[in-house]
Amino acid sequence: MPPYRPFFKRLSPTPSQGGVSFLISVKIGLGVLALGGLGFNPLALAEEPVTLSIERTRELVRMVRQDCGSCHGLTLRGGLGPALLPETLRDRPPDGLKYTILLGRPGTAMPPWKTFLNEAEAEWIVAQLLRGFPEESR
Amino acid sequence: MISRMWRYGWMLLVLPLLAWSGEPALRGTGDLGVIIERSAGRVLIVSTSSNSIISRVDGLGDLSHASVVFSRDQRYAYVFGRDGGLSKVDILRGLLEKRIVQGGNSIGGAISQNGRLVAVANYEPGGLKVFTADTLEPVADIPAAYGDNKLSKVVGIADLPGDRFIYSLFDADQIWIADLRDPKSPKVEKFSNIGKAPYDGLVTPDSRYYMAGLFGEDGIALLDTWQPQQGVKRILANYGRGEEKLPVYKMPHLRGWAVAGHQVYLPAIGRHEVLVADTSNWKETARIAVRGQPVFVVARPDGRQVWVNFAFPDNGFVQVIDTLTGQIVQTLEPGKAVLHLEFTPRGEAVWISARDDNKVLVYDTASFARLAELPAESPSGIFFTSRAHRIGF
Repeated sequence: MPPYRPFFKRLSPTPSQGGVSFLISVKIGLGVLALGGLGFNPLALAEEPVTLSIERTRELVRMVRQDCGSCHGLTLRGGLGPALLPETLRDRPPDGLKYTILLGRPGTAMPPWKTFLNEAEAEWIVAQLLRGFPEESR
Repeated sequence: MISRMWRYGWMLLVLPLLAWSGEPALRGTGDLGVIIERSAGRVLIVSTSSNSIISRVDGLGDLSHASVVFSRDQRYAYVFGRDGGLSKVDILRGLLEKRIVQGGNSIGGAISQNGRLVAVANYEPGGLKVFTADTLEPVADIPAAYGDNKLSKVVGIADLPGDRFIYSLFDADQIWIADLRDPKSPKVEKFSNIGKAPYDGLVTPDSRYYMAGLFGEDGIALLDTWQPQQGVKRILANYGRGEEKLPVYKMPHLRGWAVAGHQVYLPAIGRHEVLVADTSNWKETARIAVRGQPVFVVARPDGRQVWVNFAFPDNGFVQVIDTLTGQIVQTLEPGKAVLHLEFTPRGEAVWISARDDNKVLVYDTASFARLAELPAESPSGIFFTSRAHRIGF
């Protein structure tokens, strides 16, 4: 068990403390990505198609089904967020979808995922969504 | 002599037959519960006395965001599925008794005080639908209409005394109370401009106060249901103090367990904090820095501890707050993607689902020792029958 850590604060935490804990969580996210076999570069622009490892595509399928699914539904038929089915996305420009994934939609509940995905991965997700997203393999 | 043989001899024949007929041993259901296997469309019936799975019930549809309420005799579980399915499960016999698909997309529901009505909160079509608890026959349909013929997603439903249901309209920034005392002509009381984008709600254990968490702004909407004419107030307003909030990868959940003693413990949206307010004046008394963005903030039944799980990417952790000191006394890593936790009726143990490890873990809440580990396919919600006798569940 981790040692006892007094985290309790009375009112008025300093803003920097909140920032520090966020940085820690980002680093953990990084570690996970590195383990997934891909470097982390949220600002990388994919000039040419990048082939993703099978391992990574499996992680992405799980992430979309499970984590995106907490708002959009495991079946992607929608929930608090809209449905992500080919017929509901067909009329939208793929680049717009990609940037919605990476940057989120301010003013809505859609968060930016660029901390966890690079541009090529977001493109891959959009392509899969438009053709009917794969099921998780088990 | 012969007549005496006739009188008792039948027992020799019939008693062994009874024993062989496969009738299960008599048992109660107060120590049982239901665990959702979200991707399998199945529930596990479990015993908190033996820490084991006693049966499995299949065929419940899309349970990717499912919740459960119980009949007052604690025999039946009503399972609300994402696909609009409402299933009545006989947990004693481990059977699906009835299933209807009542809407297109839903996540939650509630059972009335008298146990006769089950209400489902729907996203699609947005509104409330009410059914008889015994046969799941429809009795009322209350669309969450607002503005120009629009329908809002309904969230944060809870029961109130008097066979009423209280819930929030995510898209319309409203709280409604539907009075089903006469199910054929429900009366609806509406409260508008309660705050931006309520995402979930709870009633306090005494059922007096309804709180709706707001996604669109920092604060909680509070309604005193004993004095609804006073309207909805805002508490914990501006808890973010204008700082930019972190991206929210999973909406927190609110339920009545958040109240411990005279304090209520609530997840902050987009912050690594649990907010604490005094229930006598609703003033913020403390905020507790935690490992990630809280999803469930749940008091042990005695109120001495509050357990917290977190949104992605910190969803492998669970932290325990000692309510006496306001300090974190334990950080656990039960498994990958912890989705839910539920205390046994008197709180000596807590069950925790780890979705991506395909298991449910049972911990002793005093020693934090791991007591049991049960296999489950992508487990999510855990619901014990003790909920049957609590308002707001």
